[in-house]
Amino acid sequence: MGKDKLRLGFNGHFEEKEVEIAAGDPTPWDPSQTFSILGARTPRLDARAKATGAARYSIDVRLPGMLYARILRSHDPATVVRSLDLTAARKMPGIRAVLAIAKPGDALRFAGQEVAAVAADTPERALDAISAIRVEYGARPFVVEIDKARADGAPLVFEGKVETKTSAGDAPGAKKALPRKGNVQGPRASDKGNVAEGFGKADAVVEGTYSTQVQTHSALETHGVVARWEGDELTVWASTQGIFSVREELSQTLGVPLSKVNVITEYMGGGFGAKFGAGVEGVTAAKLAKEAGAPVKLFLDRKEEHLAVGNRPSSVQWVKAGATKDGKLTALQLIVHGGGGTNGGTGTSGPLKNVYACDNVKTEEFDVFTNSGPSAAFRAPGHPQGAFALEATMDELAARIGMDPLEFRLKNDPSEVRREEFRIGAEKIGWAGRDARRRVPDNPALRRGVGMGAAIWYNTGGTGPKATVTIHRDGSAEVVHGVQDLGTGARTMVGIVAAEELGLPLEKIAVRIGDTRMPYGPGSGGSTTTPSTAPTIRAAAWQAKKKVAASVASAWGVPEEAVVASAAGFSMNGDAGKRLSWKEACGRLPEEGVSATASRAENHPDAWKRFTAGAQFADVEVDVETGLVRVRKVVAVHDCGLVVNALTAESQVHGGVIQGISYALYENRILDRATGRMVNPNVEQYKIVGAMDVPEIDVTFLPVWDAVNNTHSVGIGEPATVPTAAAVANAVSHAIGARIRSLPITPESVLAALDGKARVAAMPGRETREGGRA
Amino acid sequence: MKTFTLLPVRSLLEGGRESAKPGSILKAGGVDLLDRMKEGLETPDRVVSIAHVPGHDGIEVGPPARIGALATLARLDSHAELRRVYPALADAAGGAATPQIRNMATLGGNLAQRPRCWYFRQAEFDCTKKGGAQCFALNGENRFHAIFDTDVCCCIHPSATAVALLAYAARVDTVGTRGKRSISIEDFFVAPREDPTRENQLAAGEVIEAVVLPAPAPGSRSVYKKLKEKESFDWPLVETAVSVSVSRGTIQDARVVLGSVSPVPRRARGAEKILAGARPSAELIARAAEAAVAGATPLSQNAHKVRLARVMVERALREILA
Repeated sequence: MGKDKLRLGFNGHFEEKEVEIAAGDPTPWDPSQTFSILGARTPRLDARAKATGAARYSIDVRLPGMLYARILRSHDPATVVRSLDLTAARKMPGIRAVLAIAKPGDALRFAGQEVAAVAADTPERALDAISAIRVEYGARPFVVEIDKARADGAPLVFEGKVETKTSAGDAPGAKKALPRKGNVQGPRASDKGNVAEGFGKADAVVEGTYSTQVQTHSALETHGVVARWEGDELTVWASTQGIFSVREELSQTLGVPLSKVNVITEYMGGGFGAKFGAGVEGVTAAKLAKEAGAPVKLFLDRKEEHLAVGNRPSSVQWVKAGATKDGKLTALQLIVHGGGGTNGGTGTSGPLKNVYACDNVKTEEFDVFTNSGPSAAFRAPGHPQGAFALEATMDELAARIGMDPLEFRLKNDPSEVRREEFRIGAEKIGWAGRDARRRVPDNPALRRGVGMGAAIWYNTGGTGPKATVTIHRDGSAEVVHGVQDLGTGARTMVGIVAAEELGLPLEKIAVRIGDTRMPYGPGSGGSTTTPSTAPTIRAAAWQAKKKVAASVASAWGVPEEAVVASAAGFSMNGDAGKRLSWKEACGRLPEEGVSATASRAENHPDAWKRFTAGAQFADVEVDVETGLVRVRKVVAVHDCGLVVNALTAESQVHGGVIQGISYALYENRILDRATGRMVNPNVEQYKIVGAMDVPEIDVTFLPVWDAVNNTHSVGIGEPATVPTAAAVANAVSHAIGARIRSLPITPESVLAALDGKARVAAMPGRETREGGRA
Repeated sequence: MKTFTLLPVRSLLEGGRESAKPGSILKAGGVDLLDRMKEGLETPDRVVSIAHVPGHDGIEVGPPARIGALATLARLDSHAELRRVYPALADAAGGAATPQIRNMATLGGNLAQRPRCWYFRQAEFDCTKKGGAQCFALNGENRFHAIFDTDVCCCIHPSATAVALLAYAARVDTVGTRGKRSISIEDFFVAPREDPTRENQLAAGEVIEAVVLPAPAPGSRSVYKKLKEKESFDWPLVETAVSVSVSRGTIQDARVVLGSVSPVPRRARGAEKILAGARPSAELIARAAEAAVAGATPLSQNAHKVRLARVMVERALREILA
């Protein structure tokens, strides 16, 4: 342990702080430092393997004798299983295992819930066999619309206590017991200051009701595993964001010791928050594999993916806000009802509570249960919804007091990082000239608009992760760390940090990740992967390098502290004769080389702390005759701490912006109100933004040196998508001069807003809502 | 998907004969058929493939033009001469689906494909089009459904090329076990009132052989326009094809067609009447566009489509009468 004086902050805002450094942890990098590879644009280590198809994703795993499993699901939103007869299915050709998932008497609460499963020698035979399973259902009344679910006398989704089939990592914080009346659970509440007094002090008050749709995760690789037993040991290739949380769930559910469960994720095709646990499909595959005595592959199809394994809840948010005429927020209030199906639906209050400074803030959040698939954590849970309502409210309030929306935000934003980001972004998008550009020369049907939104995020990673770095006698190095790469570039990030610390080219480093037999790696959620993993890798590399230095010191017969390590190798202060290149030094190592296993140190309590900040601006074009919206450009300015790899960090922001545009304009899970079934469980009618609809995306990172960890790294996955829909919606409102209060923004909602309709007509998959005060 | 036998045939006639046998179905590009088979909407024992029958993918522009039924949408799009004479057809073909699909999809298959209604496309909805008792869209989720002829089945016809072919007064030539015939494209389609379980009058054993387009009248112009929510891989909200011939400042003849608004592609005869014999003006175009959507019976969630159709007709007319 020791205290180091560090220069921390960003851009022109640096200050000196004393930070306590844990034993075994290197001092955080200094802003005066030059880097060999850190922060450069480094192509992914696996780029070639992915581009050529050589990369083996979990869904690509094929084992000798492997069987294929399918799950039988209920078609109706609320039923009781009366009887289940598996005998016919068992007798079908090629069927090797059959498993009941539900049992007689079980209530099924959404269309798509699991009933039974089979494993067969071909996928086609498995599919045939599930249709031979005889199930008798007793129909129960159901409700799939959130406003109807809230009404007195609505069919109850849960007659008794709330039971949800969640997987580890889902819906964080949703477990606490809350009061429940009918289908409405809550509130989760917060109350700061006194909002009544705050509204009393306001010169202007606005209120509005904002609604958002259900978005499904729609990762390219679906949920699933390949499960193989060898004796009493289970190995599972999973498409997961957390190999260790999958191991935990399998161990607990199957009663197998943790030591006998191995989970592997070599390559992964996206998760966005819905892939932390083994899930029903993972546990089912393991059970079928046991029964059949053969490996089993169970991956869901696209329809199952939409129905049963997670979504971003819908929301109906009532927001009220007040400000003085000189632009100071006096009160903010939120009441939200969130529809997460059979799971929680809230968590939208984050932006309202944390982005802008306000003395009086009150929030109440209610889950509304419906007979539809359960929600799961989804890239910045609650935040895109919350940001949409908050940022629209900020624009309305600014208009009410006659202040420029940018100036209004700058006045109320306590984050000096984000104020800087707002200024950078405003410059890049051409904020100042935005009114003059609203009309498009030569096309009277078009309007252009610019809008903005703020991003906030909270996590800085934490303890738990471990990594082993081995330096070999030939000077090459190997990093072993049980993190998984979701497609974010984590594998490359691990290599870069080791390369930087060791002073080696990336080609000299082997990165081994994605296996629970390796030192513990973090689950990839909450934007914590890089800030958890990077400092761990650096610490292990630093310790291993110290061991090389120690061996040099002992060869020279000098104390360890006398040996100076640099990119060139090792030397001794004041002794020009004592000099060894890295290669020479490593050549003197014993046959086994040197290894160090380091643990992630605690976050430094006296670091330069802040909430992660971002600002985005959208430039859109709206056809006022058809209501069609095209996003022309998005400017994204983000705090990503100290960027490890500019190329993949930028790629993360691209992904967040693209997903945000898709949420703003297209994606919408539509349930048939009469039958409770999803009508668009595909990627044809569940519309996801395509390449032709992706605008120019201008990404800027504002480097922040915070010393929260030894690499100053911060996750970017979630903040990148928090404000996009908000910025797009505000840009559309600016373009057409009418407020947009619901997502997705469609031609009909734009036309309705233009028509000045207070009430937007009922839209498929969405709830009716008040248009709010204009 | 049920196990089936793939039977490649050497002629369209053989294709017709084989596909007329019980448990058999005809396949050209297979784009739509495969979707339906995966969902269990079709469960054939034998799939009779005409995909590799030679001699039916030619494009003779003429005019009159004759296009083999097995010509792909990609070829219609990239055929410069076809595009020059029949631009609305080239644009309709080139704007459909995705490049991958256009490389496989044939003109005949595009005309004979089945609607994309999300109730029809899911096995668990036993809808009118499947021979069931109700149209789920009528009072259900009908944002993308029909705004005309919504009384029996309110699906919309998915063929973009049909919209253009209607504007060109094309004919569909067929070959089959009962001989050859030539059907006007307008008579080719079957409205739900007549039979909701089919969209065209192809008989068992009958196969589309070619599409014939008459020579455009002198001074005629044509255009195809559509409105999609997304530019990448999306179906139109509304589409229109318009063909007019103008002589000495007067519109001689006009064909105005609306797509994605009704169970079969629809000629807007009200608009055509207003245009015929008139001199082009902004006021005339507005009146014609208004007439094109007169009598619409939109559903609970798609009233906006009436407006969109009107706007698209107006834009199409403006473009070719400017």
